[in-house]
Amino acid sequence: MAARPGDNGGATPAIVTGRFGHDDAHTLDRYLATGGYEGLRAALGRRPQEVADAVKEAALLGRGGAGFPAGVKWGFCPEGVFPRYLVINGDESEPGTHKDRPLMERDPHQLIEGTLIAAYAVQVAQAFIYVRGEMALAQERVAAALNEAYAAGWAGRDIAGSGFSVDVVLHWGAGAYIVGEETALLESLEGRRGYPRLKPPFFPAVKGLYLQPTVVNNVETVSNLPWIMRNGAAAFSALGSEKATGTRMFALSGHVTRPGVYEVENGVTTFRDLIYGERYGGGIRADGELKAFVPGGASAPWFFPEHLDLPLDQTAVGPAGSMLGSGAVIVMDETTDAVRACHSLVRFFSHETCGKCTPCREGTTWMTKVLERILGGGGRPEDIDLLLDIGDNISPGPYPRAGGGSLGAEPVPFPPRQTTICPLGPSAVAPIVSVVHRFRDEFDAYIARAATPVEIRPVGVGAR
Amino acid sequence: MARLSVENVALARQVIARYPRPRSALIPLLHIAQEQDGWVSDEAMEHIAELLGLTPAEVLGTCSFYEMFKREPVGRFVVNVCTSISCHLLGAEDLLEQCARAIGVKPGATTPDGLFTLQHVECIAACTEAPCLQVNYRYFTNLTGDAVERLVDDLRAGRLAAEVPDHGTLTRIRQQVPPDRWAGAGAVGLPPPPGGPREGIGSVG
Repeated sequence: MAARPGDNGGATPAIVTGRFGHDDAHTLDRYLATGGYEGLRAALGRRPQEVADAVKEAALLGRGGAGFPAGVKWGFCPEGVFPRYLVINGDESEPGTHKDRPLMERDPHQLIEGTLIAAYAVQVAQAFIYVRGEMALAQERVAAALNEAYAAGWAGRDIAGSGFSVDVVLHWGAGAYIVGEETALLESLEGRRGYPRLKPPFFPAVKGLYLQPTVVNNVETVSNLPWIMRNGAAAFSALGSEKATGTRMFALSGHVTRPGVYEVENGVTTFRDLIYGERYGGGIRADGELKAFVPGGASAPWFFPEHLDLPLDQTAVGPAGSMLGSGAVIVMDETTDAVRACHSLVRFFSHETCGKCTPCREGTTWMTKVLERILGGGGRPEDIDLLLDIGDNISPGPYPRAGGGSLGAEPVPFPPRQTTICPLGPSAVAPIVSVVHRFRDEFDAYIARAATPVEIRPVGVGAR
Repeated sequence: MARLSVENVALARQVIARYPRPRSALIPLLHIAQEQDGWVSDEAMEHIAELLGLTPAEVLGTCSFYEMFKREPVGRFVVNVCTSISCHLLGAEDLLEQCARAIGVKPGATTPDGLFTLQHVECIAACTEAPCLQVNYRYFTNLTGDAVERLVDDLRAGRLAAEVPDHGTLTRIRQQVPPDRWAGAGAVGLPPPPGGPREGIGSVG
């Protein structure tokens, strides 16, 4: 039985999922009855810089994957250069990640209020909410909420009689994982193919949308802003650890008793709490054994049972060899075929490579083909080194991983190096290195019984 | 198929007016074309190019990048089965086979009666409710037992017409801004964005 999104059993203050218990949380009436738009009103009563300073003081980290402090990011827009733009990234598509969609579907006004607070703090000319194309209900809910907000004077001209005006436009995607990368998102919003831009010079804060200063923030990140404005930065930073403040949404999936989307206290909750805690995952299904888990979405190197007591804090997870990424914990029990799981992950990246950089375009495809050869019974002993070598062409040098396996006892800290413009290609190396490092014997077993072909399903990549 | 209808041209012009530069409306306009015809025809792309001041090749260049845009007719119901990691761990490949049997075609194919297209797709962000699929981008999750057979029966019998519109209709609620509420470009009293060619980016690729 899947847990209700946001069900945290009352364990921690629900900052962003507080209204999920109401079936009509997406309506303006319910939103206003539960403190809605009070944070915006509070923000509009202060100077924009004061709002930005409060967010800096709250130490709100970006929730999209990179985990950069939001208030600091806003400050990167060069002084005096206008117009500026704000783009909210709702293109959630990292495998395992399932938290922005509930925020858009169930509490769209909170997202809009957060967007308006950020728009005011950064003094943008226009804001865009980019919603992933495949999320029809999220688009309908955000559109309906925007219509209510405009009609009631909470968006557009002279917001709530404050004299501040800004338009918020709902934009639809059309199916491309890479567009979640912020510069590809801007290309897409300009009506182009979603190819990432080279940084430098195209840092969004300097040369973003239409080459103007642009802030790109994740849906969950801005959904925190109304609470911060209402309750104060100190109340927010009192939660969590010193570096990872507030709460954070985690999507717990795979072989757990209660998969679900949980809002937990940041930095102090551990992977063990999340996976085994009665309030959360409730342990491995059917009382099974934990084999491995992915701590932060498909792009993250794998963790193993000895990492369960690490806190959900990048300053602890990074040195241990992985990342918290987009808040996606994927659990694998002892029945998991590590080579097949690796293939599912690598195939994802070969399907989603945009094709701009050769090492990624060719490398992800080759790695998928080699994995399919191994799974199909045609594996060769040298294929393991071949996979690592292809990976080394996308991400040269020691690749981030946990310690204690066949590739060396010491962990290699995150992040990986890259020969590509964006991190998509290097991400595809994570499952390969993780499985070779810890479950090399499973590769060996497939290769040893190469004479007995195994059916692989589904076949190939790119069936569109 | 066809160019955009008079009503859809009016809708397209509303959408274009919301962006500082017309080209930003390209993806939304392609969705409007797909909603009209169920897929995106060459004629529709040429019409969109006219509306945006682009060449048809520029429109095709963007259109062909995005997986949701179908450049040939597909079934009335496009069934997308997720096979990414969280679903894989909970039997996505079995679900895909079950779908193929219930619908009667292999992944990637359309039934001869034009009712169903079956595809396997990558992550659709319902990982905690795996295994899952979408029909015309509406979610059906935690699919175990004979849930798929019942779903396909219901679709065939038209019992889900309220939940699942025909392929192409992505959203039944559109953003509508009353003219007196629209703030307009440079809303905070700042100059409008500079025009002219967009320098620099072209040299990157």
